[in-house]
Amino acid sequence: MPVNSSSSRLDQLHTRSDDILARWIAEQKASGAARPDLISEADLGRQCSEVLSAFLGALGSGSTDVMGPAWEGMRSSLRSVSTSRARSGWKPSETVLFVLSLKYPVIDLLEKSANLDEVIAIERLIDRLALFTADLYQQGREDVILRQQSELLELSTPVVKLWEGVLALPIIGTLDSERTQVVMETLLKALVDTGSMIAILDITDVPTVDTRVAQHLIQTVSAARLMGAECFISGIRPQIAQTIVHLGVALPDVTTKATLADAFAAALGRLGRAVVPAGSGSMRTP
Amino acid sequence: MDRVPINKVGDFLLVSLQGDIHDAVALALQEDLGNRIVSTRARLILLDISALQIVDSFIGRLIGDIAAIARLLDAEVIVAGMQPAVAITLVELGLDLKGIRTALSVESALAMAGIGARI
Repeated sequence: MPVNSSSSRLDQLHTRSDDILARWIAEQKASGAARPDLISEADLGRQCSEVLSAFLGALGSGSTDVMGPAWEGMRSSLRSVSTSRARSGWKPSETVLFVLSLKYPVIDLLEKSANLDEVIAIERLIDRLALFTADLYQQGREDVILRQQSELLELSTPVVKLWEGVLALPIIGTLDSERTQVVMETLLKALVDTGSMIAILDITDVPTVDTRVAQHLIQTVSAARLMGAECFISGIRPQIAQTIVHLGVALPDVTTKATLADAFAAALGRLGRAVVPAGSGSMRTP
Repeated sequence: MDRVPINKVGDFLLVSLQGDIHDAVALALQEDLGNRIVSTRARLILLDISALQIVDSFIGRLIGDIAAIARLLDAEVIVAGMQPAVAITLVELGLDLKGIRTALSVESALAMAGIGARI
């Protein structure tokens, strides 16, 4: 059943669009979906009038399929509204209410002239648009989370050069498969780029070590060894050492040290260097 | 048929694995290498795999086999220049080439063998 069975009714909506807009905004304010702290009145008005004109335009096409091409303009307006709201901290209910609030002014206006079927059809349309907006909002939030996740991944794998030929990788946070992959790739790439012979994986800030994490560490050490570098693991706290033993996980062929300092000293030793007190006689400069 | 070149440099043999290594090429390489170790009495083989961008379990095993053959003939293999992606693949395949020495590059392999200065 086409919504615009009577084009005069559509004309009516068009001519009174200013009225609808004002009532729509009033409706949002009344339901607490306007959020004056997040959006200025002028911006809200602009947003609403843009969405409303897209809505009336799509309504004029006579199509009731909100995912169809006729509603493309409306969908893209809603998309920009809901993504920007997802980013700037609106609640999901407020974002959905934004669309649902449009229902009352439109239906109020139609009620006087349209029959029940037409009113229901409009109601359905707006419901579907509201659902669509909710999905978009959710998607916007997920995008934010994904972006933060990848930023976190990059942040959490710094490679520090401690000395010529010695790299350190302080690992902070839980090691899962994805992070291990990133750690491994970052480390191996750094080994090639700097030509370092020794890498120290510091796990001081890894909260727990279970069999899987241990497996991941062993993989990283093996990969580094395959490339011709040696890997030390440092920062194993006493509880972690206990856990590793109780789990029955062995770290075979891996040099482990209690602290990063110990590992660094061992690395220097492997390179044939040592730290000596200044003025201990080995200094050549006066 | 393609053959992998085996170069004698000083006291050691330099083998560079490049491109596609088929079964026949791999077999020929194992045979050639064994013969060259015996004829040159080389004690050290540098296996340069820096040009290998991808590996499979076949290549992984080939490297292990070459090392085992060399060891039987009283020579040692140093695998040099493995690419990060290759290392990750081998570890995931469970082939960690235990007991084989590795080096970041041919240069550091030479330094490791203590013959860098002599060349």
